[in-house]
Amino acid sequence: MSKFVKLKKGFNINLAGKAEEKIGEIQQPETFAVKPTDFQRITRPKLLVEEGASVKAGTPLFFDRLQENVMYTSPVSGEVVEIKRGEKRKLLEIKILADKKIAYEQFTKFTVSEMSSLTKETATELLTKSGVWPNIIQRPFGIIADPTVTPKAIFISAFDTNPLSPDYGILFKGQDQFFQAGIDVLKKFTLGMVHVNINADAEVLPMFAHVKGAEVNKFSGPNPAGNVGIQIHHLDPINKGDVVWTVSPYGVIQIGKLFLEGIYDTSKVIAVCGSEISNPQYYNTYSGANVGRFIDGNLKSDHVRVISGNVLSGEAVGKDGFLGYYASQITVIPEGDKEEFLGWILPTFNKLSFQRAFGLFASTKKEFVLDTNTHGEQRSFVQSGNLEKVLPMDIYVTYLMKAILAEDYDDMEALGIYEVIEEDLALCEFVDVSKNDIQKILRQGLDLIQYS
Amino acid sequence: MKFLQDFFDKLKPFVEKGGKYEKYHTLYEGHRTIVFAPDLTTGKKGSQVKDAVDLKRMMFTVIIAMIPCLLFGMWNVGHQHFLATGVEAELIDKILIGALKVVPIIIVSYAVGLGVEFVFCVIRQHPVSEGFLVSGLLIPLVMPATIPLWQVALATVFAVVIGKEAFGGTGMNILNVALVARAFLYFAYPTAISGEVWTYLGDAAPVAAYSGATPLAIAASTVGNPGATPVVDLLNDSWSAGIYDFWNMFLGIMPGSIGETSTLMCLIGAAILVLTGVGSWKIIVAVFAGAYSMGLIFNLVGLNEFMLMPAQYHWVVGGLAFGAVFMATDPVTASQTETGKWIYGFLIGLLTVLIRVFNPAYPEGIMLAILLMNVFAPLIDYYVVQANKKRRLQRATV
Repeated sequence: MSKFVKLKKGFNINLAGKAEEKIGEIQQPETFAVKPTDFQRITRPKLLVEEGASVKAGTPLFFDRLQENVMYTSPVSGEVVEIKRGEKRKLLEIKILADKKIAYEQFTKFTVSEMSSLTKETATELLTKSGVWPNIIQRPFGIIADPTVTPKAIFISAFDTNPLSPDYGILFKGQDQFFQAGIDVLKKFTLGMVHVNINADAEVLPMFAHVKGAEVNKFSGPNPAGNVGIQIHHLDPINKGDVVWTVSPYGVIQIGKLFLEGIYDTSKVIAVCGSEISNPQYYNTYSGANVGRFIDGNLKSDHVRVISGNVLSGEAVGKDGFLGYYASQITVIPEGDKEEFLGWILPTFNKLSFQRAFGLFASTKKEFVLDTNTHGEQRSFVQSGNLEKVLPMDIYVTYLMKAILAEDYDDMEALGIYEVIEEDLALCEFVDVSKNDIQKILRQGLDLIQYS
Repeated sequence: MKFLQDFFDKLKPFVEKGGKYEKYHTLYEGHRTIVFAPDLTTGKKGSQVKDAVDLKRMMFTVIIAMIPCLLFGMWNVGHQHFLATGVEAELIDKILIGALKVVPIIIVSYAVGLGVEFVFCVIRQHPVSEGFLVSGLLIPLVMPATIPLWQVALATVFAVVIGKEAFGGTGMNILNVALVARAFLYFAYPTAISGEVWTYLGDAAPVAAYSGATPLAIAASTVGNPGATPVVDLLNDSWSAGIYDFWNMFLGIMPGSIGETSTLMCLIGAAILVLTGVGSWKIIVAVFAGAYSMGLIFNLVGLNEFMLMPAQYHWVVGGLAFGAVFMATDPVTASQTETGKWIYGFLIGLLTVLIRVFNPAYPEGIMLAILLMNVFAPLIDYYVVQANKKRRLQRATV
């Protein structure tokens, strides 16, 4: 049964630097990288290539010893030029110098009619060895899905309400048949339903609205209504012992492409946006692209932060960093590492605040240029009820945070830690008066429960 | 501002790790962040931008909300002084006399309180927190103008050390800090904070008809006195014509603690708190509703004239409005769940009136009611959160 869910809680952040609706011409970046840190639960990666090895798109680069079947493969063809390690030799990046023309590993191809007789086992094997599998995220914990479990349902959020979120109409243009094929594959993995959740407040692409074999649910409301975690909470919440999977529309399309064309195609359209980009627009590229090419000569100022993903749950990667596996936008905002004379009290019309405390006179509707300043030091939790105001879930965030900080396992469970991952509480972190790192604390809690 | 920045930069090497005055680091940061909002940036992962509000701004908003009460209170101290001594005086004289009494109390409260805070910050190595900004002004506003300054100092030390720092500082305290200060005086030096202390007379002799009794004292005097005149008549028939008239009490032109007499000024403060989202409107509304309900119940019971006092009078006499707006809404000591806030506020109002009517020795109930509910707030929250956990468990079994 399709549902219509109207959400009231939340907060839309309107940032300057929205990408113009066109795809810019650009020479592809020279290097691409796969970052094991993009994936939750990779604890003991086993490298399969050395520096100098030549790879094709879809050639395995490494796997995790705890999940030996799931391969993490190269997004492009070329030569492995650097294997970057951090402290304690932690694997950080595998950099690949890309060929001008991408060569693909050829996997088994299926026609649409053959797909209906496809077994779950064949599908699993193909997905895991090709590098497409990490698109499937398992909740609780937001980890790479375990191929041996059967999820009670699969959820796909077909819209993004985050700041400067890219337009799906541009991202997924012409991919309709692949999306449908992806859904057909995913259906084999669950006894329950595949949910495609669409935005009730905007125009919806036909590939989502008219998808076959899936439940189409409508959601209405401000950010974070587009977060799949919030949607799950209102459709079929995760209880203790439940396992559900989530996939982004891009992931579904990639799955479809793998089966219909037999290749691991990581080409994607990304939005390059943010207040410091002089020419914000869309570009064609591949997963793991070096961000340099998109921002060089495209910056309004020099002292900036380059983020893979959006400003609420993205990661700062630096001017020479790489696009994350799951990211479809690069956001560039000014760094805020400067002191401001009496900045904590002077009245202003230029600062964005969910609250309306004295002096914060700006309307939240207008476009803002936000920098990375925290606007205050970390404190104990003082104000109450605020975090809950931006989270459209029946969860007491402050209590959950306190349970995590106290390492109280029973309370974490009882307060609903299984239902959330970082991105769901990103807005809470934004509005928190006491400037706590809510997302970081949440991950600590998830790790505690997961590894104990 | 460059010179200030240079000044702090020059000091920095001494208080940094390894510096000569390393242990005063938290003090240094505390002062620097008041002059300059810090240059901290968000982490590599997670939210890359943050809301412009911080605890400093939030606390300052509360101070701004208290300013109408403070200014009115200063004037009122002077006004009551000249009224009681029968001298005609200009507005400026009233404010001057008021300021002369009130400002020293504020200075003592802030100086002593911040001093204690700083000592704890250095000993415990925790950052200077903003909590006392509000407490430091709340304490003077709930004192009578005649309070000896050394008692203010003593009460402030007690409140900050026992009421707050013993629990771990701002955000950790169980009881409202300013009310701890007042309760300390109430139990340690009852003569200084009850009886006829509310009007500052100075050396001047009061006029012949003068009586320092507050409306609550007058109302309480009817208890246990079967043939007593109705409270409203007694109030209307007070020593100075119209002083205890309902609307005059609403405006707050009557004796009382410095900042608490005017319901109108408290409501202006409430408007600021609610519009800025800093104070919970639920608590404020619930306190007024609770007091009114209890007043109505007493009207029905009607055992004595105090019980028969019209319920709306409870809103304007004593410190109910001030307590509801500025004390009950303290987010740290109040109930922290939205459902809990209704219960917490309502019970405060209810208990206030209950204590007023049944405690003949000290007819003001708001202080004890809030302190009592501070203690019970975690219990209320416990059950609200427990209900949330139960919903989750039930869902799992269905």
